[in-house]
Amino acid sequence: MDQGRAAVAPARARWALAVVPVLFTALFFLWPLGAIAARGLSLGAIGDVLGDGYTRSVLWFTFWQAAVCSAGAVVVGVLPAYVLARYRVPGRRLLLALVTVPFMLPTVVVGSAFLALLPASMHRTVPAVLLAHVWVNLAVVVRTVGTSVAQMDPRLGDAAATLGASPWQVMRHVTLPLLRPALWASSAVVFLFCFTSFGIVRLVGGPSHPTLEVEIWRRTTQSLDLRTAAALAVVQLVIVVGMTVVWSTAQARTATATAMRTLLRPRRARTAGQRALVWITVPATTAVVLAPLAVMVERSMCTAAGRHSLDAWRAVTGVGRALGTGGTQPVVADPWATVLASLRIALVATCIALVVGTLAACAIAYARRGGRLLDAGLMLPLGTSAVTIGFGLIITYNRGWYDLRGSWVMLPIGQALVAVPFVVRVILPTMRAIQPGLREAAATLGASPWHVWREVDLPVLRRSMGAGAGFAFAISVGEFGASSFLTRVGNETAPIAIGRLIARPSLLNLAQAYALATVLAVVTLVVIVVVDRLRGERGASF
Amino acid sequence: MTPTSRTNRLLVAMLAAVPFALVACGGSSSTSASSTSSTAGAATTAAATGAAGETITMLVYDAFTEPEVLKSFTQQTGITVRIAKGGDTGTLVNKAILTAGNPEGDVLWGLDNTLLSRALDTNGLFVPYASGELASLDPAATALVPNHEVTPVDTGDVCLNYDKAWFATNKIAPPTSLDDLIKPDYKGLLVLENPATSSPGLAFLLATVAKYSPTGFTAWWASLRANGVTVVDSWDAAYYNEFTQGGGGGKHPIVVSYASSPPATVIYAADPKPTEPTTANVSASCFRQVEFAGILGGSKHVEAAQKLIDFLVSEQFQAALPESNFVYPVRTGVALPDLFERFAKPIAAPLTVSPADIAANRDQWIAAWTKAVLQ
Repeated sequence: MDQGRAAVAPARARWALAVVPVLFTALFFLWPLGAIAARGLSLGAIGDVLGDGYTRSVLWFTFWQAAVCSAGAVVVGVLPAYVLARYRVPGRRLLLALVTVPFMLPTVVVGSAFLALLPASMHRTVPAVLLAHVWVNLAVVVRTVGTSVAQMDPRLGDAAATLGASPWQVMRHVTLPLLRPALWASSAVVFLFCFTSFGIVRLVGGPSHPTLEVEIWRRTTQSLDLRTAAALAVVQLVIVVGMTVVWSTAQARTATATAMRTLLRPRRARTAGQRALVWITVPATTAVVLAPLAVMVERSMCTAAGRHSLDAWRAVTGVGRALGTGGTQPVVADPWATVLASLRIALVATCIALVVGTLAACAIAYARRGGRLLDAGLMLPLGTSAVTIGFGLIITYNRGWYDLRGSWVMLPIGQALVAVPFVVRVILPTMRAIQPGLREAAATLGASPWHVWREVDLPVLRRSMGAGAGFAFAISVGEFGASSFLTRVGNETAPIAIGRLIARPSLLNLAQAYALATVLAVVTLVVIVVVDRLRGERGASF
Repeated sequence: MTPTSRTNRLLVAMLAAVPFALVACGGSSSTSASSTSSTAGAATTAAATGAAGETITMLVYDAFTEPEVLKSFTQQTGITVRIAKGGDTGTLVNKAILTAGNPEGDVLWGLDNTLLSRALDTNGLFVPYASGELASLDPAATALVPNHEVTPVDTGDVCLNYDKAWFATNKIAPPTSLDDLIKPDYKGLLVLENPATSSPGLAFLLATVAKYSPTGFTAWWASLRANGVTVVDSWDAAYYNEFTQGGGGGKHPIVVSYASSPPATVIYAADPKPTEPTTANVSASCFRQVEFAGILGGSKHVEAAQKLIDFLVSEQFQAALPESNFVYPVRTGVALPDLFERFAKPIAAPLTVSPADIAANRDQWIAAWTKAVLQ
């Protein structure tokens, strides 16, 4: 690669941006995936899989439930996104952070909390899966669209209103068209997330509704049928890439160059209509987000049939006596340490994902056609089951100096692989919305590509980067699939500990799992609030 | 302009901090690793063998809990044991098969009889070792591995569990056999796991294969389906969300779980602890699982690994297994903890299917089951 000349030739500079993301994906994803494919993939297997009626029904279910869940999340999320970004509401930041919590909770916890909320007649039904998916993914819509709302030039809407447009006309002809890239971006992320969902589908949907991801997991870990598993993995990848290209095209087409360097400050709801909007949306959103979380907290105190106590909390926080008297050790020796390990590892994963994702988003936005390829390539890990990535990594990084199988580094790398596509999706709309004229002007005035990036792109990007970092963090903290492969004694994360507590039948262990999930939720809440404050409205308020 | 560039600097600093964060985390984790081994080293007093100071890695499934007595192995031999968890049993074993010859660790704990044939068919997966303790182990378990590729280390039984209070309140006799489940009295009371995605689910399917023959078991399942049965995807979904004693408001008083689940309802109960379990086993419904440990081919510590295998089947270690891992000793004559002795004795005549039969038919049986119960 011509890194050396990057500073001289702008075209080269653009490609230099792509070096890190490309290397990262090639080393930690394509190579391991290739190793797995080499063990079992054949054209015949793909033919068999596509010809099989059962697989086709699994594929169809996976597809349509993801489409419905993506549409549902956008419909439910767009109003809170708009209101929270636009109007000054007490507790706004807290609510924004709260919405993110479901996204990072271990799926085991989400699934159980949802089952507790829903009537028994809805257990193991498709509507239950859809509801749980929408709830979990609300954060994607609220945060992605919200960032876009806050970056929208308010003068456009004001001008339309001055010229006599009704609020509805402003919404339809000004606001929605401007939000379209963000709507596309969030619907894409939600679709992919639901398409590859695993734990919630198994827990809430029961055995009659497997998704492709469940089927790949089963073939790989339960029957070691790598031939079918690899074929299914390829089918899933092709669909994910296809969808990514479609979305990326739609997004690029609808991108409008309106991004502002400063965030619009939320203003007070003035008209009666605006006030009504705020007073309906905010309590409704709060109730929807809190209901399953409340169940979680209640369960953490339910330590015996019909009785509540703080025993599980004493065990988790280390206050009071430890569990398991009489020679029995507690299932998780030091729950608090697992929370710290989760945070430490998530922090590293977030840094990796942020660097790789930001560079990639810039490279994609600069380079038109090749960019789409890179975009699709980076989405691949999201469309690959954790089990495939995990198996691939252990048969790839297995010799000599690159025998990283026991290394702690693999954990954040595995998590970052899953988080990068989210970072890219969040940053890309903003990147595309930057007026190219600004960059050209800066370059004409003699700024180096690095200078242009730092002075033109970065100031606009930093909000999206904050949002991306928040996502990456939430994903890493709650990540279970890849972690269960890569975790080692000494750095067990909280989701792994929750999984182990739930593997021992007793109410107290279950309560402890919920208490640990609650701790994780609160810690994440704090981190997100801090991240939001850091990137917050400082530019506008100074 | 100033606040903007300040934030920029913050971001640039954050990006620049990545390598340091990497170093910092690496440092902390290696410190903790070395501190454990040095504690172990300090505790080494009677290290008389050439293996002293060695560290070996034992790969285990996620649910494994390391018994305290493992420390005395280090005291006796000077060998430190590092535990590495690798997913559920299926994942763990399949990973080992994929990395055969270049393993992630030295000893694998947790291969079971439903996966045994697949593992033994993989060339060079294990280094055979005939422990001197074999004569003291359950002959039914050692007979499964005549060539000593792996050594049996514990047994467990997958059984129907029922909620004692529910049956008392509703004045119905608890079930005593598989036949009972298809009677009208027990209509809709059972929740169980999908054998395609759950190991206790598979074990229970095998129990019915053993009881009703490979040709007749689907008829029993069809009757069960007609009588009402709830199927979920995993053990925790069945136990916590659907079972009446699981705490999730479940409505089913019978669940497929383990023979050792009843003692857990006492051991892990909040104070004041109940004097006896709230659940009980149906002993005629149990399928025997045998777990094995083996030395992985390609290990550079074969001699130390052999010592570990000897220790794993020693009286001291075997006696600690019920309370740490809720499994039964494979060594004969090892006393059970009181709660197990009273409420969860190992089943005298469990249902079994040979590992070779399981390997040859499992996919076909699962397919037949899916057709009879789910479709």
